[in-house]
Amino acid sequence: MGGARHIQALLGSLGRLARNPFSTALTVLVIALALALPTALRLLVLNAQAATGDFSSAIELSVYLKTDVPLTKAQQLERNARERADVARVELISADKAMDEFRKYSGFGTALDALKDNPLPHVLHVQPRAGAQSATAVESLRHYFTAWPEVDLVQVDTEWVMRFNAILDVLRNLLAIAAVLLGAGVLAVIGNTIRLEILNRRAEIEVTKLVGGSNAFVRRPFLYTGMLYGLAGAVLAWAIVEAAVVVLGRPISTLAELYGSHFALQGPPADDVSVLLATGIVLGWMGAWISAARHLRRIEPRA
Amino acid sequence: MIIFDRVSKRYPNGREALTNATFEIHTGEMVFLTGRSGAGKSTVLKLIALLERPTRGTVVVGGKNTSTLRARHVPAFRRHIGVVFQDHKLLADRPVFDNVALPLIVASTSFKDVDKRVRAALDQVGLLGKERMLPMELSVGEQQRVGIARAVVSKPPLLIADEPTGNLDPDLALEIMRLFRRFQDVGVTVVVATHDVHIVREFGQRELIIENGQIHGNLNDSLPSVIAVR
Repeated sequence: MGGARHIQALLGSLGRLARNPFSTALTVLVIALALALPTALRLLVLNAQAATGDFSSAIELSVYLKTDVPLTKAQQLERNARERADVARVELISADKAMDEFRKYSGFGTALDALKDNPLPHVLHVQPRAGAQSATAVESLRHYFTAWPEVDLVQVDTEWVMRFNAILDVLRNLLAIAAVLLGAGVLAVIGNTIRLEILNRRAEIEVTKLVGGSNAFVRRPFLYTGMLYGLAGAVLAWAIVEAAVVVLGRPISTLAELYGSHFALQGPPADDVSVLLATGIVLGWMGAWISAARHLRRIEPRA
Repeated sequence: MIIFDRVSKRYPNGREALTNATFEIHTGEMVFLTGRSGAGKSTVLKLIALLERPTRGTVVVGGKNTSTLRARHVPAFRRHIGVVFQDHKLLADRPVFDNVALPLIVASTSFKDVDKRVRAALDQVGLLGKERMLPMELSVGEQQRVGIARAVVSKPPLLIADEPTGNLDPDLALEIMRLFRRFQDVGVTVVVATHDVHIVREFGQRELIIENGQIHGNLNDSLPSVIAVR
């Protein structure tokens, strides 16, 4: 019996929303935008994490040998390095090859011709295995190469990863702040919409109370209205975010390809969508509850 | 059914609408509450329906002291009272059926019973077949009868009416009053506030006259039972 009454209240609320499509759409749009922003931020963080996961295969140690080390010795060191279990790949860039590349790409061609000797050292580019890419593993590898007498300098290109992670942390905090503020905004929008609805239906509320309608009975349709607003806003927010992913997907893939990555922009995972929809419903219910608690009590039947 | 014991009501604006009123209305009685406009008739009805609480004294309705009734028990209390208004207070955007069904809906009556009882109530007031019409499409007299159907649909033991014939011509007024008496015939306690003395004479029912917030009329038989209740 109680279930049937709830369904009736739900359908009644739905019908009322459908009868005022324009104002309903406006309210839903405002809620959707407020919910879409944190959802999009969250997606940005997720995708950035995925992207760095992809780039971490680019973690590399550059082992600069002393300039007086001959090429044969360098080639032997390359073989030694390759034998280590935590090393995935070693590439030797000889001084001549480095010079050629520098000449080709730097634009200092003729200036370099003036040099008597090649001032560049041989370099080993060492890429750690997937399991040995943590900061400590990379550090121990660096120590290992630094200990070789032929080695001048070992450079690890991980600083940008740490900086990137710090930026991600900032984004995550921004996300938390945005979520709280915009959540409060959704509460206010729904609360105010329900307040207007209550004032509009004042006569009906009075009569209902007069014939013995309890506060719970009078409140019920407004709670459903709030929940429907929240749910509709969340669904629209989801659609907005998915649309943004479609629009941004292609240029971002192109950008990633230019950096030699196969990264592709991902839409919100199912868990995030569930959280978004649940948040919409809960915020809608809460906004309506707060408003109903404040305003319904004041409406008492007058004869 | 209704006991007023030295009841006074002073509104926040300082006006004392009822002073030291004591009377009793027995179960199954039909009583007219008469007096000039503003004499305090409405205040008595409001005190009965718990739209107001007394400033001093005690109002007991159906064995419940309205002063001590908790707010959460008020809805259940009101379901035992059918109220008819001069301006009938119908919902203009709902068809007749929905208006009459409201007291049943708030009491969680099953859909099947709602349908049956709404038809029965409309039949009693002679409006069967007009369920789908909006109140605006009905005549004033018909609208008032919809209001009566709504008041009696949940078969309350007590029916109160505030100037139910105020907007009606004499013939229609008489018809409405006969309707009330038919409810009394089946055991409902009926209290009607009206300034229409002709109707009251015609029906020859007990009359409580209110003048400047004071009650006159058959008080003598009520006092002993008041004392017994206290």
